[in-house]
Amino acid sequence: MRNQLLMKAVVVICFITTLNSCTTVRSYQRNKLNDSEMGLSGRKVEKNELNFQSYREGASGANGGKTGGGCGCN
Amino acid sequence: MKKLCLTVLGLYLLLLNAFSQSVVKGYPSVAERKAPMEYIDKPLHLEETNIVSSYYNQNGNHSAVTGGNGTEKVTDISNGIELKFVSSDFLGHKYTLTTGLGIDHHTAASSAYVSKTGASSTGGTRVYPSVNYSVENKKGTVVGFGAYYSGEYNYHSFALDANYAHKIGMGGELSSKVSAYMDKVKLIYPSELIPTPVVTSPTAITSASGRTYNSGGQGEENNRTPSSPRNTYTGSVVYSQIINKNLQASVLVDLVAQHGYLSLPFHRVYFTDASVQVENLPNQRNKIPIGLRVNYFLGDNIIFRSYYRYFTDDWGIKAHTASLEIPVKITPFFSVSPFYRYYTQTASNYFAPYAQHATADKYYTSNYSYSALNSNYFGVGFHYAPPGGIGKTNLSSLEVRYGHYTQTTDLNSNIVSLALQFK
Repeated sequence: MRNQLLMKAVVVICFITTLNSCTTVRSYQRNKLNDSEMGLSGRKVEKNELNFQSYREGASGANGGKTGGGCGCN
Repeated sequence: MKKLCLTVLGLYLLLLNAFSQSVVKGYPSVAERKAPMEYIDKPLHLEETNIVSSYYNQNGNHSAVTGGNGTEKVTDISNGIELKFVSSDFLGHKYTLTTGLGIDHHTAASSAYVSKTGASSTGGTRVYPSVNYSVENKKGTVVGFGAYYSGEYNYHSFALDANYAHKIGMGGELSSKVSAYMDKVKLIYPSELIPTPVVTSPTAITSASGRTYNSGGQGEENNRTPSSPRNTYTGSVVYSQIINKNLQASVLVDLVAQHGYLSLPFHRVYFTDASVQVENLPNQRNKIPIGLRVNYFLGDNIIFRSYYRYFTDDWGIKAHTASLEIPVKITPFFSVSPFYRYYTQTASNYFAPYAQHATADKYYTSNYSYSALNSNYFGVGFHYAPPGGIGKTNLSSLEVRYGHYTQTTDLNSNIVSLALQFK
């Protein structure tokens, strides 16, 4: 239990440190960030994959797909 | 004296060149940067069309229709089209109207055993239209609304949502969405477990026009299958941040509350004394999934797309999901993307395998989606998007993706998807 709390605290601290190390990126420097493969949302081609995963597993959500409702599933 | 003159001349030329940086080719001059940009009215026009089709097949041995012991063979063909219309005004506002239509047809071998004799229909079709409207201002703040419908023989859903997004600092964006699904589950029970109807005598009623007819009684209500409501309310927050020129990340959090009939009426549960009942789950469920995406561009050709999710709910399920996809740009317009996803979950408090529920259990299910399980999903995708379109047509992008899925419950499946984008 203590180890789990410690691990979670380490992950949160690393994440906050990463965010604080953000540098200013001008719009003309964003050629790689604007690449279609770098998008932070799921690909449109993955939409039906997210559906079958939510049907066959107990978890859903936090990925742009179903969170529940809309079908006779979880 | 000569050296002094040359020095003065050199300094003068240096002074002239110092201001030439303001007229670098491709960048606006100082005067242009100070002048406000002009916006023009653009009428509503079709900007983008997306078509996604998938073929899915699955096999397994733990169908919930037969109490956790039976074929889970399923095939599904999904097709969806999305049209994106855009317009803008002289104030720099961008208006987007997105309409979609999806049609899925599935066959499930286990559906035949909704009837005890195996005579029930195994096929079904779901149709789901959607519409979404959003407005974006010059600062990138977006407000939007959406409406959705999904209809199949035994399930109808109507949903509304509202979303809001705005930029934060340099490279940050915070977006939020609230949605409500108002669903109706048609209570189609296994044939041997259909509740016995109450027999009543018909009542003669005379209307104001003098016509007499019978109302109620045996037979009239038997022809209508009752439905039960199921409502789902979701609040979602996403924070995205550019970290440097090659790295960006986002955190996604959903809060989900479900109320109503959360079981499925055609799922059987067998007990230790060999009796059988319809699945019975609590009428409330609260879920919290938290996701993290990190994308990194390594060098000029390789991208790492990673994702992690932690899930917990009040039915006892705790789950971890981790995936990694590595698109490799073979050319600037063609990439190959192998991927792998690992998933693990603990069992729900209400799950037990076939014939292992005690008769004293208040809530019970033998649906293996709620069991303790691990799964592996791996495959590869191909993406082609040349400038000017494929074959000099409006087809701007083509993506094909194959995946193979296995669970420790002996369920396995394959899916092939095709995505076309027209601009």
